[in-house]
Amino acid sequence: MPERIEPLAVAACSATSALGHGLAAQFEALRSGRGGLRANDFSSASLECRIGRVAGVEDAALPAPLAHWDCRNNRLAWLGLQQDGLMDAIAGAVARHGATRVALILGTSTASIGATEDAYRRLDRGRFPEDLQRPEIHTPHSLVAFVADATGITGPALTISTACSSSAKVFASAERLIRLGLVDAALVGGVDTLCDSVLFGFHSLELVSKQACRPFDTQRDGISIGEAAAFALLERIDAAPHAPRLLGYGESSDAHHMSTPHPEGRGAQAALDDALARAGIDASAVDYVNLHGTATPKNDEVEAKLLPRFAQRTRASSTKGFTGHTLGAAGALEAVFALLAIEHGIVPPNLGCGEPMPEAAPWLALQPSERRIDVALSNSFGFGGNNACLVFGHGGAE
Amino acid sequence: MSVPLALRIMGIGAWAPGAPDWQCLQAILRGEAAAMDGAPARPAGMILPAAERRRAPDGVRLAAEVAAQATGMAGIDPATVPCVFASTQGELAITDYVCETLARSPLELSPTKFHNSVLNAPAGYWTIATGCTGASSAVTAHHRSFAAGLLEAAAFACAEDTPVLFAACDVASTGPLAEMTRTTLAFGMALLLQPGAGDGVRLNLALHRGEAEPVPAVTWPVVARDNPANADALALLSLLAGANASNLRLPLSSGLSLDMEIEP
Repeated sequence: MPERIEPLAVAACSATSALGHGLAAQFEALRSGRGGLRANDFSSASLECRIGRVAGVEDAALPAPLAHWDCRNNRLAWLGLQQDGLMDAIAGAVARHGATRVALILGTSTASIGATEDAYRRLDRGRFPEDLQRPEIHTPHSLVAFVADATGITGPALTISTACSSSAKVFASAERLIRLGLVDAALVGGVDTLCDSVLFGFHSLELVSKQACRPFDTQRDGISIGEAAAFALLERIDAAPHAPRLLGYGESSDAHHMSTPHPEGRGAQAALDDALARAGIDASAVDYVNLHGTATPKNDEVEAKLLPRFAQRTRASSTKGFTGHTLGAAGALEAVFALLAIEHGIVPPNLGCGEPMPEAAPWLALQPSERRIDVALSNSFGFGGNNACLVFGHGGAE
Repeated sequence: MSVPLALRIMGIGAWAPGAPDWQCLQAILRGEAAAMDGAPARPAGMILPAAERRRAPDGVRLAAEVAAQATGMAGIDPATVPCVFASTQGELAITDYVCETLARSPLELSPTKFHNSVLNAPAGYWTIATGCTGASSAVTAHHRSFAAGLLEAAAFACAEDTPVLFAACDVASTGPLAEMTRTTLAFGMALLLQPGAGDGVRLNLALHRGEAEPVPAVTWPVVARDNPANADALALLSLLAGANASNLRLPLSSGLSLDMEIEP
């Protein structure tokens, strides 16, 4: 078992999803149980499904000096960075510690591949059209390179791309760099946008539902795909003693199959064990669990096997019925939801579930409710059997 | 500028066309041998079970090949070793296939090719083949992927006091995407890193504020030219082959370089 870690302060955070731009829009939707899925009006060919599309991405033009980074994913990143005073918080960390002492670690599964798809649809005598002859956006690092440019962070910069666990793992990588004294702060997060690759890709695997996804419902039949940008600024506690905290994390591999989870949830259990050990807490201390809950038959069946480890009073929900599965952004988006649960004392409901699986029902929060949340956990499990689990807690008293 | 990360290199893996393992590449980098004629055009990747090997794209076979060489040389059971797989572009031929199919007939996309398209396909296949249940990661930093990935792996090893497998691999691109990536030759390498003092070649890493120095010319420049993504990896391997000085400063981020010091 890993040793307990020194918690880190989440000095600032923000999220932009199908629920709206910024924290207030996320909170209001989660509190009132209002979802953001709508009929698919995105894919280049017809595909019957619901999607979690962010309104206004098309209008979020990049400033002229950053225009060479232009693509849907970087527009969503830019839109996300403008919310909740995030740019000021980042500038503050850069001023306090120096630009090279701040790390930038973001998760994404497809980055700006939408731009590469676009180039293939508009080939000009076998070559990319002139406006898309920009090598810097046809690479999975496009997002991080753009955010570094946009924020002025010049410390270690890394993209983590482990499918749906990508932007949960960024918290772990940042904690290690801070613990080793290589940096003093880190901007972490995840951004993934809708694109044909994921819509038709998950469709080819027969994992996309025609209706809004129904996590942990006995009739669940697949995911709804969404897009999101979510960020968190991590620093040592003395920099923000009252801010909520990253208490622990766990990472593991299923070593089982590329696209289906281990039947007994071996990797998920190991990630949970490590996360609790690093936080130095027992599962009974967890008040709220934001489940991965993709609404595929297999994921939810396996994830439900984790629930008996928690106390009866622990509330659990998947928020994918609100936002869709935001893939590489899901880890960070749902980390922000866990932080909102702590800050406002709310339990987001498991939207979309009419008839809960009996084995999950005792823990599932089907309606929004208010209660004190001291410890919140977030699960993220990805393709290739890649698992991560995060633990957050209250900050110090005012 | 920062406290150095002290590591030891316990195993090395390498593969390039004409240099199917580290011994061959080492001889080439020392100027003692030429690239092998008649060497296999694809990495063997024998650690993958036969069925998986048939399904696996070239990038996965390449990563599995160099990773197995490194863990084999170190004499360590890969099931117990966390791993970090770095790549500049991921599975370029599959990206080309996916984008071409989507442009032509999106509903014909192959599910196997789709799940092979994720950047963590090598980590996924590797952990399945070796039974590794520890943390596995897939990282990229475009042209700085080698240094940034090595730092990620080294930080994991030092923070958690555990051996870590690090691999950096890129395959050749195909189709219209090739003009954007300029990678025409497959190249991969892997290191088995142990934190702290003891046996093995010592590798000290430290962050340096400021620009990197030009990477010294290597003995096999064609690999660096045709796989610019992994030219930095080849520079470190040249050091390990004993063909160059024992210090290297590689670009890491827009404000930092990664200093590497080798002590045999």
